[in-house]
Amino acid sequence: MAERTHREPQRREDETSDVDEAVPARNEDGSRLKAELDDLLDEIDEVLESNAEEFVKSYVQKGGQ
Amino acid sequence: MAIPKVCGIETEYGIFVRGAENDPVAASSLLVNAYADRLGPRPGWDYEHERPTSDARDPDPPAFDGGLDPELESRLVNTVLRNGARYYVDHAHPELSTPEVRTARDAVLWDVAGERIVRRSVDIALAHLPPGAEIVVHKNNSDGKGNSYGCHENYLVDRSVPFGRVVNGVLAHFVSRQVICGAGKVGSEFPGQPPDAVPFQISQRADFFEEQVGLETTIRRPIVNTRDEPHADPLIYRRLHVICGDANMSQVSTLLKVGTTSILLAMIEDGALSDDLLPANPVTAVRQISHDPTLGATILLDDGRRMTGLDMQESLHEQAEIWAGRFGLDSVGASVGREVLDRWAEVVSALRSGDGRAARWVDWVAKGRILDAYSERHSIPPGSARLRAIDLQYHDIRAERCLASRAGLEQVVAEEEVARAVEEPPVDTRAYFRGRCLSKYGDQVVAANWDSMVFDLGHDPLRRVQMTEPLRGTADLVANVIDESSTVSELLERLGS
Repeated sequence: MAERTHREPQRREDETSDVDEAVPARNEDGSRLKAELDDLLDEIDEVLESNAEEFVKSYVQKGGQ
Repeated sequence: MAIPKVCGIETEYGIFVRGAENDPVAASSLLVNAYADRLGPRPGWDYEHERPTSDARDPDPPAFDGGLDPELESRLVNTVLRNGARYYVDHAHPELSTPEVRTARDAVLWDVAGERIVRRSVDIALAHLPPGAEIVVHKNNSDGKGNSYGCHENYLVDRSVPFGRVVNGVLAHFVSRQVICGAGKVGSEFPGQPPDAVPFQISQRADFFEEQVGLETTIRRPIVNTRDEPHADPLIYRRLHVICGDANMSQVSTLLKVGTTSILLAMIEDGALSDDLLPANPVTAVRQISHDPTLGATILLDDGRRMTGLDMQESLHEQAEIWAGRFGLDSVGASVGREVLDRWAEVVSALRSGDGRAARWVDWVAKGRILDAYSERHSIPPGSARLRAIDLQYHDIRAERCLASRAGLEQVVAEEEVARAVEEPPVDTRAYFRGRCLSKYGDQVVAANWDSMVFDLGHDPLRRVQMTEPLRGTADLVANVIDESSTVSELLERLGS
C-alpha cells in the first residue's frame, strides 16, 4: 500500500549529515508529516466509530450516477 | 482560440441513517428541505431546458424548444440556493452542484462551500429525527460493496471542435489523472474479483467503468460521457460532462482535477494536444493504473508503447507548458492556470520521488499513509474492517469524525472565503445573476435552472429571463442594475426583457 510514500528522500553522496543547512527543506516537512501522522494515530481510535465491524457492514448505499 | 473554461462540480454524497429507519431518499429530502426552508420561501427547479438523453455523437446539436422529460426521480426535491448552487435529491443521494465558476480555484471554493452546506443541513435536520438517531453523510463514491455514486465535473467547450477530437484528446488524461487526484480505496469492487485481491487502490471509481464512450451514467458507465445538454446556446457550446472522477477531500486534489482538465480541453480547442498518448484499451487501463499504488504499472498505448500513469501525466504537463507559452493561460484564468501548472509539476515530482510530500496534496497518498501506519502499529491484516472504517471515515463530513481534516492536507482556500461562498455566488459567471436575484427578490422567483429564471410579477403571465450565455449576468454587467432595482418589475424593465 502506497509504500513509495514511506521512502525518505535520497541524499547525495557529497552531503554531510551533521550540518543543518545540508538537510533539504522537504526533509523537514517529511519529519513534520511523520510527527503529525503519529499524533493522528494516537487519537484515531477515539475518532473511529466504536464498532468498526458493524459500521462497515451497515454501510450500504443505493447506486447513483 | 480556446474559449473560457467555465466549469462546475456536482457531488452525490453517500448517506445513511442510524437509530431510525434507514431510508436514504427520505433522509436526503430531509437534508435538502431542512437547509432550504431555513430561509423561508424558495424557488423550485425549472426543467424547461433539461434533456439528459441528448447524445453528443448525434450530428445535429440539440434543439432548443420544448424538451424531453427528465428522469422522474430527480424531481423529488430540488432547489436553487443563493450562492447559485443547485441542491437536490438524485436517485437516493443528496446532491449538490456548485454554481458555474470561471476557474479551478473557484471550483474548489464552491465545492468546499457545498460540503459546509451539507454539514449544516445535517445539523439542522437533527431536530427532526427521533432521539438518538442521526444522519451520516460521506463525500465518497462507493460503499465498498459494489454500489457507486458520482462526483461529476462540467466544462464549457467550443461546439465547433468535433466531438471525436474531444474524446481522443481527453482519454489519456481521464485514464491517468487519477494518480494526481484519486481519492484512494480499500479493496476491489471490480465484478468477479475478490475484494481483498487489491488491498488498496488509487481511485474510488475505477472499478465501475465498462465502456470507453457512451451516454449512460448509472449503468455500463463510460469513461467519456456523451450527454449533450449544454445548458447554454447549443449552437456555440458543448458542456463536457465528466463522470470518471473521484470526490476529493483534498483541496489541492480538486484544484488539480478541475485545473488540469480545463487546461487539456483548452489545448484540444487550440489544436495543441498530441494524440500519441492514446491508450489502446482505456477501460482496462483505468483499472490497471488504479490497482497499483506503487505507480509501477504500465498500460499499452495505441502506438504499441507502454507507459505508467505518472509518465503520461508528466508528458501531458510538458505539453501543457508548451501550450501555455504559445497561447497564454487566459482561458483558464491566468494566475490560477499558472498555479495549476506549477502544482501539477510539483505533485508529479513528489509522486516520483516518493518522499512523502504528496501526502499534503493527494487524497489517495494521504489516506494510504494513514492505513499503512495504522495497520503497522496494530498489526492488522489488509482488508480488515478497521481499515475499511478508516477508508470510510476519511470522507465523513462530520467534523468530529472526519479523518481527512486530520491528515495534514494543505488548504487552497481560506475559511473566511468559504463562509462567504456558502452565502454568495461567484461574481464572474451568470451564477451571479441567479444568486443575487434569489437573495433580493426571492419571494418573486418561481423557478430557476442553469440557463433561465422565472419571475412572478404578481400578475400573469410569469416572466422568464433567459441566460443562455454563461459569461453574461456577471457582477460587471448586472450588479448596478440589481442594486438600483428595488422590484423585479424594475429589474426586468432595465434589462429590457
